[in-house]
Amino acid sequence: MGKIRVLVAKPGLDGHDRGAKIVARALRDAGMEVIYSGLHQTADQIITTAIQEDVHVIGLSLLSGAHMTLFVDVATLAKKHDLQNVLIIGGGIIPEDDIPALKKAGISAVFGPGTPVEKIVEYIETYVKR
Amino acid sequence: MKTVEQQILAGDQQAIARLITAVENNSPVAIDVMRSLHRHTGHAHIIGVTGVMGGGKSSLIYKLSSVMRKKGLKIGIIAIDPTSPFTGGALLGDRIRMGELSDDPDVFIRSMGTRGMLGGLSGAVYDVIEILDAAGKDVILIETVGVGQAEVDIVKVADTTIVLLVPGLGDSIQTIKAGLMEIADIFVVNKADKPGADQTVAELESFLDVYAPTVSQRKPVIVSTSVKENMGFEDLHEQIQLHYMFLQKNEKVVEKRKIRYEVVLVEIIRKRLMGLIYDQKRLTQTVDQLVSDVVQRKLDPYTAADTIFSSLIK
Repeated sequence: MGKIRVLVAKPGLDGHDRGAKIVARALRDAGMEVIYSGLHQTADQIITTAIQEDVHVIGLSLLSGAHMTLFVDVATLAKKHDLQNVLIIGGGIIPEDDIPALKKAGISAVFGPGTPVEKIVEYIETYVKR
Repeated sequence: MKTVEQQILAGDQQAIARLITAVENNSPVAIDVMRSLHRHTGHAHIIGVTGVMGGGKSSLIYKLSSVMRKKGLKIGIIAIDPTSPFTGGALLGDRIRMGELSDDPDVFIRSMGTRGMLGGLSGAVYDVIEILDAAGKDVILIETVGVGQAEVDIVKVADTTIVLLVPGLGDSIQTIKAGLMEIADIFVVNKADKPGADQTVAELESFLDVYAPTVSQRKPVIVSTSVKENMGFEDLHEQIQLHYMFLQKNEKVVEKRKIRYEVVLVEIIRKRLMGLIYDQKRLTQTVDQLVSDVVQRKLDPYTAADTIFSSLIK
């Protein structure tokens, strides 16, 4: 069986990527191949990257508060491009109240501040479709 | 419904991406597609970019790609980063510098882990080149992992090899001449906006004065570039074209590609042999037993290897 490939992406105007980098390293240390997008990605760029890199998982990180727009945009575009098998998860500063709407839009799970990285690894290993 | 082969030939990004995953995972289905793709290849100019860690390889590829896109060339980029030998994981970060290229449908970028291959490449790189070539790319740029001294395999793969250096590497170019310095068709002194760039160029020039070309049989050229000042990339592209024209005029392209396909054949055979040794249950146990015997000094390694070989030939 092949390796799990994960795209860790930073959508929109948000320069805070320490969290994304820590998660990226943790996933690498769990034996996954992690593509890090860099900052300021549009939803289109994230989806194109996900297609070209043939990833199993897209991990979005956002601390700016624009997740209701940007996370939803990525999930909508993913559906449009037939990426139903790609697991989309999110992290960052996401209020509890927003999570149900995000899940409905196609974000499978949301991991807030203080989440142990092991939990994210375990979630991916459990739910990834290979 | 199009076949995978037809989808690849039409440049379908999803089909290309999935086939690359399949070859990386040594899927038997992928091998059948690869058989049929080969006759559609041979068009792309394969360019290797190697050099010291942190020298700016990704940024250089980004800038060079921008120049090439203006000339209408379709581009494939293979960016290789090291796989951890301990966890098998990899952090592939070359796209960070190439962000805007993701908006262009005629640029296909794929990040790969080395997955245990030494030499600065990935075991699947040969197949990925074939796939991108068949998909109609005019140019395929390969970024190797940051080079120490041994990662020079790119020269057996690329038509044109670019070696990237930066100012202030150390006392003298002479000290890093082994390996890396012998594979370049084009030397790029990147970060030319930094102090010491002139000295690096001068040292390179004097190094090349006494240089007897071994691999390319053409005296390498030196190009200064700066990503910060957006300088030198038109010049670099021109030098790349000149080198390719040189190769074509002297039938050296054929020579280069003979070298590559010899490596490809050896690699296919190596993978199959490793598969025979490790995938068959019976033989895995034998290998295990033999290794224990060697540890306990009941057998020497050569005799153990003989045993494995003779059971393969049977």
